[in-house]
Amino acid sequence: MNRVLGLTLAATLLGSTAYAQEQTVTIASWGGSYQEAQSKALFEPAAANTGIVVKQETYGGMSDVRLQVSTGAVSLDIVASGSGSAARAAAEGLLEKLDYSVIDVSTFYPGLYTDYCVGGDVFSTVYAWNTATYGDDGPQSWADFFDVEKFPGTRAYRNKVAGALEPAMMALGVAHEDVYAELDSEEGIERALDKIRELKPNIDVFWSSGAQHAQLMKDGEVDMTTGWNGRFDNAAKDGAQVKYSYDQAMLDYDCFAIPKGAPNKDVAMAFLNEISKPEYQDDLPKYITYGPTNKAAYETGVITAEVAASLPSSPENAARQLPISLEWYAKWETIADEMYQEMLTE
Amino acid sequence: MMMTDTSISLPHGASLRRDGALERLRLFGLSSPALLLVLVVLVIPVGWLFYVSFIGANGQFSLENYERMIARKSYTRIFITTFQVSFLTTGLCILIGYPLAYFMSQLPSRWASLALITVLVPFWTSLLVRTYAWLVLLQKQGLINQWAISLGVWDEPIKIVHNMTGTLIGMVHIMLPFLILPVYNAMKAIDHDYLKAASNLGASPRRAFWTVFFPLSAPGLLAGSLMVFILCLGFFVTPAVLGGGKVIMVSMKIVSNIELFVNWGAASALGVVLLALTVAILWVASRFINVANLSGGGR
Repeated sequence: MNRVLGLTLAATLLGSTAYAQEQTVTIASWGGSYQEAQSKALFEPAAANTGIVVKQETYGGMSDVRLQVSTGAVSLDIVASGSGSAARAAAEGLLEKLDYSVIDVSTFYPGLYTDYCVGGDVFSTVYAWNTATYGDDGPQSWADFFDVEKFPGTRAYRNKVAGALEPAMMALGVAHEDVYAELDSEEGIERALDKIRELKPNIDVFWSSGAQHAQLMKDGEVDMTTGWNGRFDNAAKDGAQVKYSYDQAMLDYDCFAIPKGAPNKDVAMAFLNEISKPEYQDDLPKYITYGPTNKAAYETGVITAEVAASLPSSPENAARQLPISLEWYAKWETIADEMYQEMLTE
Repeated sequence: MMMTDTSISLPHGASLRRDGALERLRLFGLSSPALLLVLVVLVIPVGWLFYVSFIGANGQFSLENYERMIARKSYTRIFITTFQVSFLTTGLCILIGYPLAYFMSQLPSRWASLALITVLVPFWTSLLVRTYAWLVLLQKQGLINQWAISLGVWDEPIKIVHNMTGTLIGMVHIMLPFLILPVYNAMKAIDHDYLKAASNLGASPRRAFWTVFFPLSAPGLLAGSLMVFILCLGFFVTPAVLGGGKVIMVSMKIVSNIELFVNWGAASALGVVLLALTVAILWVASRFINVANLSGGGR
């Protein structure tokens, strides 16, 4: 009798501890106003609704994931990544295959999720200008950005090749649909680099992060820069005199991936399903001007017509832009970036 | 019989030598934990670095990481920039630090310790904080440009950051204590009676300084300069933040190679070359000064 009671007690205790054991996921993202927006719109509400405990970190991109996977000490369950670097990481075998029977992408835009990375937001790489220098009617094209006679002043440009060659090609007068075909050889890449070389004496800063290009505009350190549209809107909210245009901008998306051997892979999969739902995605534009990847997010009534029109992914804005080609980056990024780094040290 | 004979006939000196050898062996045993530590934290990682630098993108033994450094011109340029920044920083540190250390060494001790604190406080402040502080001070709308313009020193904002100038300002500020401390130590150890003797023998103050004081302080100066120079070679944060992406040093290239290539070798090879160059400089320098002085100034 006593023995049975003891066993039952023990079983109950075991059961309850198992039940009480928290489900946790560790998420790494890029920090700054971007991660703050993700945290408020996606991570915190999803954590509250699912009871999953979310630990947030900032990280340095897929090179951190490579280090963790290659040393077998994976601590991150979910990482936020650019679509291009996620594609490269997937090709290297650094990511877990996503289970789309768990993650519901039925209402996603096609092309905004891959086997290894599910889209989180749509953003644009734009040219932004200091309204104190050029007024509200700043440059209207990449040709203007590269034209220092029409728009005298200093520039900032990215210190990596991603999103750096397409503007130069468009400034050379190449049409959107031909940009990647033109860049499909070392000669083409060199042609774009020569255009950047021309501008280089006027490039004061080669920026390395979104926080940096936002700060450069806020401080009035340069008159024009390339960068990610949402960062400029947030800088403008903080009082920066900055505007940007979607004309000839580059449309891209960020996505969430699970590193190979993530300690809480199953919880991560469930959590990704949660934050991909329209009721979370529709809150993201409140904090940063990035569009949802889930079409249904436009139908919840949270995103007003006015806000929708300001997002990179609105049909009208999207039509003015060049969609980033993941195939081109998969084929050329390493070679092109080596050539780009050569140009930087000249 | 033979055995005892030899042991008896063993010369006194030889048995002493044998004791000495045993003693050395025991002392060596005592130092083995330290040697093990050096092996674990220094020899193995550096050896690993060498090994990895010879692994190519396909995981096989390859010289491609070194061949790339020859084929691509940017590597030579980056090494030149690295040495240029390090030389200039060291030179400026000497020009500013030596007179300052001399001034401090002449102060009465209470004032000298106060001066020493003003040197040490920035030394203890986070490097990152100091670097960003310089960015705030030096940028176009920064304090220095604003004040200079409102005082009429110059009319247009001048470019003193996001270039070599800004990098050097930041690095000199961060490196100064590494020069001042050993120089100050060396100067404090100089007996002032030497200078009095020189004057007594008819030397002018300038002559007394250059022929007596300066040579006596030189070991400290050399030690400090060498320390500054070698620390500069591996610098990352300050040139990355104040150089505007245009002053690219080896450490920054190591980071971009890790991001760019799918293997560690490309970055390791850079580390190996930088290490080899640093060792070569230390070796050359050791022919002129006693490197052991690096830790404590020229006493």
